[in-house]
Amino acid sequence: MDKQAFPHTARRPQSAGRQSPAQSPQKTDDTRDMAVRIRVRNIDFYYGNSRALEKIDMDIYKNRVTAMIGPSGCGKSTFIRLFNRMNDLIPHTRLDGLIELDNRDIYSSGADVVDIRRRVGMVFQKPNPFPKSIFENVAYGLEVNGIRNKKLKEARVVDSLKKAALWEEIKDRIHESALRLSGGQQQRLCIARCLAVDPEVILFDEPCASLDPISTRKIEELLLELKESYTIVIVTHNMQQAARVSDYTAFLYMGKLIEFGETQKLFTVPRNKMTEEYLTGKFG
Amino acid sequence: MNRERLYRWIFTALAFSSLFFLVGITVVLFKEGLPVFREVGLFEFLGGKSWYPTYEPPDFGIRPLILGSLWVTVGALFVCVPLGVGTALYLNELAGPRQRAVLKPIVEVLAGIPSIVYGFFGMVLVAPFIQDLFNIPVGQTAFTGSLLLGVMATPTVASIAEDSLSFVPKSFREASFAVGANRWQTLTRVVIPAAGSGISTAIILGMSRAVGETMTVLMVCGGAAVIPDSFFEPVRPMTATIAAEMGETVMGSAHYHALFAIGLILFLITLVFNVVAEIISRRYRLKLGLGR
Repeated sequence: MDKQAFPHTARRPQSAGRQSPAQSPQKTDDTRDMAVRIRVRNIDFYYGNSRALEKIDMDIYKNRVTAMIGPSGCGKSTFIRLFNRMNDLIPHTRLDGLIELDNRDIYSSGADVVDIRRRVGMVFQKPNPFPKSIFENVAYGLEVNGIRNKKLKEARVVDSLKKAALWEEIKDRIHESALRLSGGQQQRLCIARCLAVDPEVILFDEPCASLDPISTRKIEELLLELKESYTIVIVTHNMQQAARVSDYTAFLYMGKLIEFGETQKLFTVPRNKMTEEYLTGKFG
Repeated sequence: MNRERLYRWIFTALAFSSLFFLVGITVVLFKEGLPVFREVGLFEFLGGKSWYPTYEPPDFGIRPLILGSLWVTVGALFVCVPLGVGTALYLNELAGPRQRAVLKPIVEVLAGIPSIVYGFFGMVLVAPFIQDLFNIPVGQTAFTGSLLLGVMATPTVASIAEDSLSFVPKSFREASFAVGANRWQTLTRVVIPAAGSGISTAIILGMSRAVGETMTVLMVCGGAAVIPDSFFEPVRPMTATIAAEMGETVMGSAHYHALFAIGLILFLITLVFNVVAEIISRRYRLKLGLGR
């Protein structure tokens, strides 16, 4: 195993990953309670015959924000789409290696894909609300997961919209079409839709790529609130954004994990020459 | 420069030729069809129960003919909707790229078979089969016509429905899967509703094809101009009436004008179908944010 890519492995207690999934513990001591939510070991990923990801080892820590940075096409989106098995939808792909969610192999033959996707939510690059009402958009995930009780459904929808910081803006028109919302509102609606099914991990695939600066700021503020209760992974092109919102940063280049560590350290004293060059804008 | 203008003029003329034909056909239909209403009133024409154009005095009630068309068209829907939409769903959701590459052209070839071939096939094989199967006096019935029209309309429905399914953005499916929906839920609750108006358009255009179809219904529906009591009786759709009788009427006679009036009504029915289909598909493209 490449220890270079694992600055925290040595300090992580062996039993950390098996801790009870207590929500919103406001840990101050990062080093002692680093519970691993997602563990990636020695993975290779192929589209047809071309290798998109190569020998990646990495841990995603619970209740932390982990950012993935790197130039376009470096494999960062492909990488996080492995965590909710979204790449299963693409034909002719292959994964070697191990990915565990709470210590269980999510690619084992007995793994329940539907359950994995419920536990690992995803917010996409372009806001993708369904052409349904705001309410129906958020309720969708509840309905497909078998929640029929109307009262419970309504309560969860309202709660999710509040958590996504959208409720105040739209509370008078939750039965209107979601497509009438602005881009930023649509993206927060997609976050609410994701929150409604009560995930443990939320994957953000460049969530601000199509948004204006004000909407972007709202989403970033939201991310910082959400990390109290969720494990967050965010892919971003924007290095400032990674620096602002994340606790950990991974730098990927050409399908390889070049460097992974605490955001503050990675941005101030990168250990790898390539990371430094990317951060200072020498390539990318 | 001069040549440029000539080309421009030629292509403009070609582009507007459809409009010219449409206007021409409409004008002729109205001019030749309307005089029948001097002979019989509009309500008597549309609502009259008997069609005896060669009797003395003649009866020009086209209700049996309208009902004939209606029955076979509705019957055809029961065939072409499940077949067409089912084919589209299979092609779009289940078939791999290689299967689709083979199946889609095959479905489209089905649309290219001349209607006389369907008619012949229906008359020689299907009608006797149905006669035996249900033990009825004649095999040429509304039911037989419905079956054949349904099969004929299936490629139209399948092809347009498949297009509309493939226009559903991938992001909708991803969003659905990402909250833990399975494939069936994604299909029934996201993909089909999103493609819903496209599928409705497909069905309406299929209906429009069925209601205008002539040769097949002429050959397999039995041709009795009576108000049908059941699907297993012969009927005489409007199209078949025109085709069968036009050759034997005296130009300018009341019968001649009555046939044109039937043509006019058919034209209006298909026009409504096409306009409705266009409105729905336009709204659909807007709804999915695809622009016009």
